[in-house]
Amino acid sequence: MLQSSRTLGATGAQAHGHTVELGRDVPLKLDCGIKLGPFTVAYQTYGRLNAQKSNAVLVCHALSGDQYVASTHPITGKPGWWHILVGPGRPLDPDRFFIICANVLGGCMGTTGPASINPETGKPCGLTFPVITIADMVRAQAMLLDHLGIPDLFCVIGGSMGGMQTLQWAAMYPERVYAAIPVACAARHSAQNIAFHEVGRQAIMADPEWRGGEYSLHGTTPRAGLAVARMAAHITYLSEAALRRKFGRKLQNRSAFTYGFDADFEVESYLRHQGITFVERFDANSYLYITRAMDYFDMSADQRGGLAKVFHDTKVRFCLVSFTSDWLFTTSEMREIVHALNAVAADVSFVEIETDKGHDAFLLDEPELHATLSGFLNAAADRRGISPATAVREASR
Amino acid sequence: MNEGAATMRAPAPRPDARRPSGIRVDLRIIADMIEPSSRVLDIGCGDGQLLRYLVQTRNVVGRGIELSQVGVNASVAQGLSVVQGDADSDLSDYPTQAFDYVVLSQTLQATRNPRRVVSELVRIGRKAIISFPNFGFWRVRLRLLFDGRMPKTGALEYEWHETPNIHLCTILDFVDLCDRLGAKVERRISLTSGGRTSLLQRSLHVANLFGEQAVFLVSRPPDAAGATPT
Repeated sequence: MLQSSRTLGATGAQAHGHTVELGRDVPLKLDCGIKLGPFTVAYQTYGRLNAQKSNAVLVCHALSGDQYVASTHPITGKPGWWHILVGPGRPLDPDRFFIICANVLGGCMGTTGPASINPETGKPCGLTFPVITIADMVRAQAMLLDHLGIPDLFCVIGGSMGGMQTLQWAAMYPERVYAAIPVACAARHSAQNIAFHEVGRQAIMADPEWRGGEYSLHGTTPRAGLAVARMAAHITYLSEAALRRKFGRKLQNRSAFTYGFDADFEVESYLRHQGITFVERFDANSYLYITRAMDYFDMSADQRGGLAKVFHDTKVRFCLVSFTSDWLFTTSEMREIVHALNAVAADVSFVEIETDKGHDAFLLDEPELHATLSGFLNAAADRRGISPATAVREASR
Repeated sequence: MNEGAATMRAPAPRPDARRPSGIRVDLRIIADMIEPSSRVLDIGCGDGQLLRYLVQTRNVVGRGIELSQVGVNASVAQGLSVVQGDADSDLSDYPTQAFDYVVLSQTLQATRNPRRVVSELVRIGRKAIISFPNFGFWRVRLRLLFDGRMPKTGALEYEWHETPNIHLCTILDFVDLCDRLGAKVERRISLTSGGRTSLLQRSLHVANLFGEQAVFLVSRPPDAAGATPT
């Protein structure tokens, strides 16, 4: 039986939660053709795997997320990025479900990525690290499940890049997925989104401290470049309405313009803060690799017959969620997936949630999102015969 | 729940024997047309009242389409499989004969292209169940004849300038449409103002006069089942 503490402290030897070495005997064959192995995956778990092994939920994190879905972040000290959804009495209740969240392949929070040391050279991999894809991330997660002895998942859930992984799971391992909840994502990365990612990557690579990706050898890091990348990206996570409501044209701790290039406006100060704090916890090369993985994502690229063909005869129960003001992953892109799933008469629910908070809404306290997820998850769990959280709590009393 | 319990003879019915109460009369009539354990698509499913009833009492595999976000969210929060969509534009996605029954209750009159919608219904489902307010109802006729104003009745409650009902028809009109589409009317039930099954069913013209609402069960003839809709 697998069990873990519900919260993991920010200090101590377990800085990356659990870690496991995978692919020693059979390496992971990446989409780019390279065989990767052995490699490390860092992950967190919450709750307990039941005797039938039927209650496992995989939470997939987004570009700048990590495995600390519901535990205090070891670097920032902030609560987990989805603690609103994962926890006792929440839609993903550890008393009902065994919840797993792993740092993606290419990440920088304990899973193998470009910052990992290449044993042959004794140096960080940097740009010699192979380019990975969303499908590679999912393959690594499947190997983690094999290691944990979990045959199939009750549910895969994730927003943004996590939603891409969720879709990829349903497409690649339909027999291992009972239910899938892709939130605020798309079946292919749009030209506009690739363009924004390219701005971020160019900002990093234009920083002299990037040093061809070998900054750690020089004891430095492309702080300015990564911060600018984060600032540009952060704008895409918000909406014009949210920016106006939150900041408007308000000035930052001053009553008049300085007639200079200081952060006169609150919105500038906010973005600068976002950029600076991101640098503390994120590796610049990881940012290059993960954004690239998202850019390459196109589920129907090598499928004649389009997206519907990908999900042909699927038994997976889908619940898709989009947000009205999300212009990064729009409702119309989500609807394309719904159309494809309808075309194969799949079991699909689709909810568009009214909010002015933009793409970020999936991380925020949106009651409609919680009601939707609770309803879908509990109905599906009841059908699968997973004991309700209240029963588990009473039994353990 | 109390209403359902009141009809039971046993003093204390088991909870699972009780029927969900408060289901609209026309929905009950639709539900009674549906075989247990069949696959049902409910188009314009609102907050999922019929689907929930069918899942609970008929053990159907149910799916829904609903235009309003509020309705979709309410349905999904109850564990029903419902997508936000539009009867006018989204039915063409579904494969032919994917469902045993496709239900369109009180929605046909609000679609932009009822003819195409009905032809899609009998393509997607082996059978289609369609309910609508009957514009041939005597009160509707009298209101226009004597008051000279757009009719407002229990089934048609909107002012003309705010109604979503843009394609109203009578029972006779609907029978004509089925004929044009080569769809077979298997059952026709008209309802009185009180929502009861009208006693005056047999004659089409009488039903058209005294039925405030109508429920039709239609199917596509076997030879045309696989044909593309016109």
